[in-house]
Amino acid sequence: MPYLGSEDVVKELKKALCNPHIQADRPRYRNVIQRVIRHMTQGVDMSSIFMEMVKASATVDIVQKKLVYLYMCTYAPLKPDLALLAINTLCKDCSDPNPMVRGLALRSMCGLRMPGVQEYIQQPILNGLRDKASYVRRVAVLGCAKMYNLHGDSEVDGALVNELYSLLRDQDPIVVVNCLRALEEILKHEGGVVINKPIAHHLLNRMPDLDQWGQAEVLGFLLRYQPRSEEELFAILNLLDSSLQSSSPAVVMAATKLFLVLAKEFPHVQTDVLVRVKGPLLTACSSESRELCFAALCHVRRILRSLPGHFSSHYKKFFCSYSEPHYIKLQKVEVLCELVNDENVQQVLEELRDYCTDVSADLAQAAIFAIGGIARTYTDQCVQILTELLVLRQEHITSAVVQTFRNLVWLCPQCTEAVCRALPGCEENIQDSEGKQALIWLLGVHGETIPNAPYVLEDFVESVKAETFPAVKMELLTALLRLFLSRPAECQDMLGRLLYYCIEEEKDMAVRDRGLFYYRLLLTGIDEVKRILCSPKSDPSLGLLEDQAERPVSSWVSEFNTLVPMYSKACWAAISSLQVSESRGLEAMGTGVLSTSGSLVSENKEELQPLSDSGSFLLVPNGQLTAEQFEKTWLSLEVAHQEVLPWQGVAHPDTIQTALQMVNIQPIALSKAGVQPWKAYLSAQDGAGCLFLTELLLDPEHSQVHLSVKQSQDKTEALNSFISVLKTVIGTIVDIKS
Amino acid sequence: MISQFFILSSKGDPLIYKDFRGDCGGSDVAEIFYRKVTELPGDQPPVVMVHHKGHHFVHIRHFSLYLVVTTAGCVSPFILLELLSRLVTLLNDYCGSISEKTLSLNVALVYELLDEVLDYGYIQTTSTEMLRNFIQTEAVVSKPFNLFELSSVGLFGAETQQSKVAPSSAASRPVTTVRSDQSHKNEVFLDVVERLSVLIGSNGSLLKVDVQGEIRLKSFLPSCSEMRIGLTEEFCVGKSELRGYGPGVRVDEVSFHGSIRLDEFESHRILRLQPSQGELTIMRYQLSDDLPSPLPFRLFPSVQWDHGLGRLQVYLKLRCDLPPKSQALHVKLHLPLPRGVVSLSQDLSSPEQKAELGEGVLLWDLPRVQGGSQLCGLFQMDVPGLPDPPSPAPPLGLGPASLSFELPRYTCSGLQVRFLRLTAPGTPDNTVPNTWVRHLSHSDTYVIRI
Repeated sequence: MPYLGSEDVVKELKKALCNPHIQADRPRYRNVIQRVIRHMTQGVDMSSIFMEMVKASATVDIVQKKLVYLYMCTYAPLKPDLALLAINTLCKDCSDPNPMVRGLALRSMCGLRMPGVQEYIQQPILNGLRDKASYVRRVAVLGCAKMYNLHGDSEVDGALVNELYSLLRDQDPIVVVNCLRALEEILKHEGGVVINKPIAHHLLNRMPDLDQWGQAEVLGFLLRYQPRSEEELFAILNLLDSSLQSSSPAVVMAATKLFLVLAKEFPHVQTDVLVRVKGPLLTACSSESRELCFAALCHVRRILRSLPGHFSSHYKKFFCSYSEPHYIKLQKVEVLCELVNDENVQQVLEELRDYCTDVSADLAQAAIFAIGGIARTYTDQCVQILTELLVLRQEHITSAVVQTFRNLVWLCPQCTEAVCRALPGCEENIQDSEGKQALIWLLGVHGETIPNAPYVLEDFVESVKAETFPAVKMELLTALLRLFLSRPAECQDMLGRLLYYCIEEEKDMAVRDRGLFYYRLLLTGIDEVKRILCSPKSDPSLGLLEDQAERPVSSWVSEFNTLVPMYSKACWAAISSLQVSESRGLEAMGTGVLSTSGSLVSENKEELQPLSDSGSFLLVPNGQLTAEQFEKTWLSLEVAHQEVLPWQGVAHPDTIQTALQMVNIQPIALSKAGVQPWKAYLSAQDGAGCLFLTELLLDPEHSQVHLSVKQSQDKTEALNSFISVLKTVIGTIVDIKS
Repeated sequence: MISQFFILSSKGDPLIYKDFRGDCGGSDVAEIFYRKVTELPGDQPPVVMVHHKGHHFVHIRHFSLYLVVTTAGCVSPFILLELLSRLVTLLNDYCGSISEKTLSLNVALVYELLDEVLDYGYIQTTSTEMLRNFIQTEAVVSKPFNLFELSSVGLFGAETQQSKVAPSSAASRPVTTVRSDQSHKNEVFLDVVERLSVLIGSNGSLLKVDVQGEIRLKSFLPSCSEMRIGLTEEFCVGKSELRGYGPGVRVDEVSFHGSIRLDEFESHRILRLQPSQGELTIMRYQLSDDLPSPLPFRLFPSVQWDHGLGRLQVYLKLRCDLPPKSQALHVKLHLPLPRGVVSLSQDLSSPEQKAELGEGVLLWDLPRVQGGSQLCGLFQMDVPGLPDPPSPAPPLGLGPASLSFELPRYTCSGLQVRFLRLTAPGTPDNTVPNTWVRHLSHSDTYVIRI
């Protein structure tokens, strides 16, 4: 086939589509259209032949129709005016005697994402909802959601919502599920579809008719329903019992979540449910589909948080297989580390030790860290295994072992001696920054028990010029200074050399500053250095902080069966913070558009809003008010409110000014600090254009501040809100000062 | 709900792309996805990835293809992953086994299917039977390469009443082409497939045995006649149940597809169903720890390390403990070697075996191993460039050995299909449908520590 640039392709296809011979020959015509679709999939812009494609839609060949409609749905947003031409054909098809054609036309028509299409689709959708063919009703129900979303800010049509609610009783199960989905979208601003008792029980009764997808989704909707009585609750749980045994993991997981949520008052029921899904979960964990296996493992880890012993007897299921992809192996190592108990610890450790020598450095390190995790409970066995690994003299292994040791002596001081015995010789096999830092830290803190510690550090000092990681240099400084305190004779000379190097030759500012800091610290005398540097060498209580103690099921149940467990903790934190800031940005933009003054509301108000606890009350910044205007207004108004608040000390105009500006209160004039009597005039404006003018008068003798507020419009509610904001700010300033 | 669905080739070209909701960016999304998935650091799981504005990518890999959906959060990952695997099965049903080639030949058909399966990102139906009413396009089948077909006949050797052998590609035909292809009209394939994962310790002790079994049915019968499948009568579920007088066939757990009627299961171990055209997993079962039969393979390794010369000598003896009539096919042993191994000299016990050095591994290829036989190989390797002085312990990175193999006509659990009967063969021309019952075990992972 000759090579054609994309323009030539489009031109050629256009010619072919216009060719009457091709148009008359149905297979050939269809073939040309298929080629158009293929190019469209590959991302070639085919929108310029829209006209020809619209013509091709007037055909009896249903396959061709489908292809053309697919094309139109893709390019309609780009060519809205041409797409309107196709509406006629589509409308005609909506009353075709063949339900398949009706459904197809309705679906495609609702799928045209362009403005102005609503007026054409409204009637066909309404007809479709009452169509006798269930296929058309399914399409029409979802069409309602599409129509609503196209027309973003439109009012919710009550009649339509009612019609959808009544269609929940349709005899076609897919129509029922589609109704739930459509209502959920249409009512999303009001909290989604309402599941009351009759609907909940109706859905429960329809469960057996639904396919796995329907069941899984309906179980999700039922989460919203709160049974009235204990009896009802257990009746529901009984009805759903079979879902826990389903062969589809999606249904099992949805049912599990529902059980856990409904039975939140009955921990024994929750435990019972988790015991019952053990089988299906373990099956999923050894499923042929790697991805499903991964999802199941992530959920197993959630369950282990609450029930650490839950999978202990099945630990063998979590042994890694040779052919598994890397990410599954890492998950399994994590799981293994969490389910150890007295009975299986021997086998699990043996298994993990085997991974430590795996060809993949990542897996090996993960296994070593996992052993380090287990070592918090089974210290002696683990330290022995780790020590044996050092004999292998492999860089990545030694580095990971030393890092594990560092964390371990901090949490389990009883193993310090064994660790110190193992350390000599490690320095030859460590090249990476993390490992070096850990080794240097250990030598510094426990140097007095390691005979050759100063000489090892000396080697590091000798080669400090060639060292590439600043963090290692910092660690070296600290460690050497610490060791100097316990073994001054051996260290004094090299400490001097190191400090000289860091201060005179080092280019990294942080390292240089650290060096200078220690140098000056040493000048203050050795006792001062000891006081500052000799902190405790271990702190077992830190383990409790880091250790995830058993958490109640309710702490993770809301995330169960969502995408959250599938992300690593750090990754999810990054995602959710991103989402929060995005939604905040949006919110700020929304209020900015709405506020009458037209200026953007500063984002600070978001943070202070909880302080002022006034949901609807917003102050907007107004810079226009000059001192003269203020004076004029001030004199023309009556005092609306007066109050006396406690105050201490002198007023610092800067603090007050900043604090007030945070909530969009503009200081017009402030006395200088220490002036008697101290006065301040403030102005603020709310979203509705009402001005608030305030005078603050400080009375140092009684430790009080007098507050008088004037208001340009007579609105008590707004006034009260304003005063509460002002009082919060003044309260905060007083708190800071005291 | 799903915003977009697309299928990418291994090189990242979009083969199929459909946008359901138009809320998740344009068609460059495929490119973004491909870049993300290929640049992912090693320790990050690839299954779920962040897109933008709270949208996520969820994908599965099917051979070299990526099947991807983008979704705004709050969806069950299990639904999405199950849907993606279901789509693979569906596409297999309709286009024959899916690959880059079959997909590009059947673009229209795939879009037609997607149109019916998903509307506005919501799953409508995925049943092959129901979808058939809506699908108008006929599948275009690509002819598989002939040589490949020849070599795979033995792979899935079939056992039938007429002692005919069904070519292995027969079951990977699309179900819809039956209209044009009269000779293949009435066929039913029933496969009992078991995956075996085994871990044997260095002292020969069995650390883990796991058997995941499945009974799969692929039916080409156009009409829904009732089917009865009789399983081994001694089939017991759970540890405590007792049946028959022999050792029985015992599995730990069984789950059935929702459409199976189990009224005769308790009494006679008969499953009844009305199969629709297409593929269906009738039953899944699993069994761990105690197998009724001995493990198919035992490996007796011995390793000698001459640290003076830097020479590693590995002697492997592989014993096949299958019954003498059975055999294992395509046995491959994979032994990771220490870094820096250069030469390999070998001494194998029979001429059809082959051994070679792969990338840091020793590959020992045994095309056919008869039950009860014993095969051995002696391998000598030089490991130069080790740190001075070479340690007396053998260098790191040797083992564990892993085996892959297929055991046709053999199930590790002992489960057999006694019969497969169609009670009402309601075909228009009254020809008796061909039924093919096949048993196969294959290794998922079979690892022997050294």
